[in-house]
Amino acid sequence: MAKITASVFTSHVPAIGAAMDLGKTQEPYWQPLFAGYQYGKQWMQENKPDVIFLVFNDHATAFSLDFIPTFAIGTAEKFQPADEGWGPRPVPVVKGHPELASHIAQSVIQQDFDLTIVNKMDVDHGLTVPLSLMCGQPPAEKFEWPCPVIPFAVNVVQYPVPSGQRCFNLGKAIRKAIESYDEDINVHIWGTGGMSHQLQGARAGLINKEFDKAFLDKLINDPQAAADIPHMDYVREAGSEGIELVMWLIARGAMNDVAGGKAPTLKHRFYHVPASNTAVGHVILEN
Amino acid sequence: MALDKPYLDVPGTIIFDADQSRKGYWLNQFCMSLMKAENRERFKANERAYLDEWDMTEEQKLAVLARDLNWCMRTGGNIYFLAKIGATDGKSFQQMAGSMTGMTEEEYRNMMINGGRSVEGNRFVGENGDAQAQNQPQGAAGKKVN
Repeated sequence: MAKITASVFTSHVPAIGAAMDLGKTQEPYWQPLFAGYQYGKQWMQENKPDVIFLVFNDHATAFSLDFIPTFAIGTAEKFQPADEGWGPRPVPVVKGHPELASHIAQSVIQQDFDLTIVNKMDVDHGLTVPLSLMCGQPPAEKFEWPCPVIPFAVNVVQYPVPSGQRCFNLGKAIRKAIESYDEDINVHIWGTGGMSHQLQGARAGLINKEFDKAFLDKLINDPQAAADIPHMDYVREAGSEGIELVMWLIARGAMNDVAGGKAPTLKHRFYHVPASNTAVGHVILEN
Repeated sequence: MALDKPYLDVPGTIIFDADQSRKGYWLNQFCMSLMKAENRERFKANERAYLDEWDMTEEQKLAVLARDLNWCMRTGGNIYFLAKIGATDGKSFQQMAGSMTGMTEEEYRNMMINGGRSVEGNRFVGENGDAQAQNQPQGAAGKKVN
């Protein structure tokens, strides 16, 4: 049977991708940030998954105002890196896992979550920056990501957005779905976005370290308490775009302890301000 | 029953809800079109003519031409859509976000390097933090204009 062996949490700031694409990672501004991901890159090599289930949000890229799915699962064989206006990032095509994705869609929908099934979806920085951070830039002679990825997009752009509790419960359903897949494969579930940031208006640039650190504490040790945070607290305390943190709760809800198993092992925790407009958080938990 | 909007008392913030989305529909859809390189070229070649192809209000067109992102947002724009205009201009998210504060690029960048904007005084309208209406504009860029 398939198993979720670990969850990875990370911000997905577009400027981080740009810094990697433009070879700026050793500049003084960026050096401390990338130092915080050294462990994760090493860990990825030593704990390579068969599939990554990657929770992210689309930033008005694949989904315009034509369609706004609350939860969308990518079931295609591949997903192209999107042109977000600067030209596509020079990163590999993302290969999907249609069989597992379709299995998850079936199981989760039958557990009463209304997923949108998507076969055509260019993936933006929300998905490719976490891959770059954890996998590094793939070499030209082997220009591919280390494993298939199932993109799972959450609407946090147009209100109403799903609550933290809804996301947490969805994570539990995704765990059941993955663990009922027949093949013996090792799956990582990643939650991305956040931490505190606001990209708009006179309050742009808001960072709330106290909120972020308390969120990380809860995420790791008391995820139900993190799921209880009402959405207005994210907006008021962590900035209008801090709402992205609800996506971390999907990944956290899929860990064993939430289903009565033992507490996960904290392998890594990192926090840094700033990356562009944003506070960066990163956690690795193993089941 | 009207939409419940518990977020209206957050200073310096416009939440992109259904009302904003309806108001900004064509503005945001115009922005989406800039994800294609050929459309970016056409827009840059004649901005006004390109905007006139869209069912936007005159005010929305003027806000785009002025590259005033706060104005764009008031007319229903959302930052992730508006970012396509910035990308077309070769601007980063930091430059775009900073432009909404009245700070120069350097002032805004320094604020972020120093830990970002504090939430103190900026949680509710009526407090006295730096994002409150009575404390605008915040930096030299805004003061120069006014």
